Amino acid sequence: MVDAAAAALAGVEVDYPGRGRALGPIDFSLAAGEIVALIGPSGCGKSTALRLLAGLEAPTRGQVRRAAGRGETAVVFQSPTLAPWLTATANVSLPLELAGVAGGEARARAAEALRRVGLAGAERARPAQLSGGMAMRASLARALVTSPKVLLLDEPFAALDEITRRQLADDVLALWAVERPAIVFVTHNVEEAVYMAGRVVVMTAGPGRIAGELAVEAPSPRPPGFRTTEGFRHTAERLSEMLRQGMEARA
Amino acid sequence: MKRSVAILAPTLFVALLLAAWEIACRALNVPPYFLPTPSAIVLALVENAPLLFVSAWRTLSTSLMAFAITGVLAGLAALGAASARLAEASFRPIAIALQVTPIIAIAPLFTVWAGIDHPQVAVVALACVAAFFPMYSGALAGLSAVDPELERLFDLYGASGWQRLTRLKLPSAVPQALEGFKVGLGLALVGAVIGEMLAGSGDQQGLAFRILEASHRMQMPQSFAAVVALAVMAGVLHAAFQALERRLIRWWRGR
Repeated sequence: MVDAAAAALAGVEVDYPGRGRALGPIDFSLAAGEIVALIGPSGCGKSTALRLLAGLEAPTRGQVRRAAGRGETAVVFQSPTLAPWLTATANVSLPLELAGVAGGEARARAAEALRRVGLAGAERARPAQLSGGMAMRASLARALVTSPKVLLLDEPFAALDEITRRQLADDVLALWAVERPAIVFVTHNVEEAVYMAGRVVVMTAGPGRIAGELAVEAPSPRPPGFRTTEGFRHTAERLSEMLRQGMEARA
Repeated sequence: MKRSVAILAPTLFVALLLAAWEIACRALNVPPYFLPTPSAIVLALVENAPLLFVSAWRTLSTSLMAFAITGVLAGLAALGAASARLAEASFRPIAIALQVTPIIAIAPLFTVWAGIDHPQVAVVALACVAAFFPMYSGALAGLSAVDPELERLFDLYGASGWQRLTRLKLPSAVPQALEGFKVGLGLALVGAVIGEMLAGSGDQQGLAFRILEASHRMQMPQSFAAVVALAVMAGVLHAAFQALERRLIRWWRGR
């Protein structure tokens, strides 16, 4: 395994009591600053893989290497997961405050993170007052506020409409360009995977194993109209084919 | 238009019932010691207003004291139960026993324990018992209603037990705890009245004492007047807590 890896899974397997094997065995390595999409059918264990990298779960067998320092790994969940009783600023500053950063400084950094995700002016808003897209941005700001080395996104745009998710995809890439955290992005949307990631890892149906991977050759952030280019279509087609084979291999 | 109808319709209905009651009592010559007319009850209410007011305050303060004590005890018990499954399981039978046992059945015990000289103690204790279960289970349900993903976030950032309690569990518990406390407040009043009827109240004569006293003397208008005062007080108390709850929830949710 490469030492420069920001996070890695080595020979990892996860068994759930009563459900049997959920994931693995898989080997996966995340280089610093790269964006990897993890794609696979529902129930293939991609969210489990993400939780392993986040340290929220331990593998049954194998080893997990991860950025374990406080705030070095951040997660954006499928739902915004904001505390309804806190303002946007207080939600975003929560990771800092849990780490013992003084209130004033935490709030200032939270306001800055909100500005970066385009939520300037919504500092005092409560989650109930935010639209779905805005709440997801606030969640993204909370993940970025600690300047993480590894950012884990668990189908973060699944609940959003097409226009909002495309906009957010561009925003995530723009934000990535600033501090270049390594990003692992779980999705079951082929086009989203190709659009966002420099490398797409395809998983088989559960228990998930790695069916193959594909590099996406294109500058990041993506040039305008990238979705209509021949290269994009071609990569997406190849990925769909790999996904189909991965599912058949299981069946 | 709609709003005025919503107020007018029930008012008219109640007025109609009262009128029928008044007319029936007069037409059939029902003796006042059996069923007084509404006008006689209103008269008794006005004549006894100062006394009823003092009595109502005593019943109310007993209920509020029991509510406050139970709030602390039920809150602490729920915190303990929420912190460990074993504690919750150990405590559950006691909580359920407290709920299913009719408070009337344990009133004599409390009277003995409190002693002849301190009947108010028994009254407060009975009101506490009556209010305990909904307050406990509301607080416990609230403490257990933490969003699991938010909890994972706290795991991710290595939150301490104290941070978890003050920044996650307690705020998460607010809506359901309030709901349980609202029911508990109503039951504290019920418990205070039952307690006073069974244990007596010494020189702290509340509304329950007024009802019994008037009934024993066959002064039905006065007895009814005390019941009306009790009902009005309970209604006002419920409405006040409801308003407070709505404000707190609006603050909690941000809209």
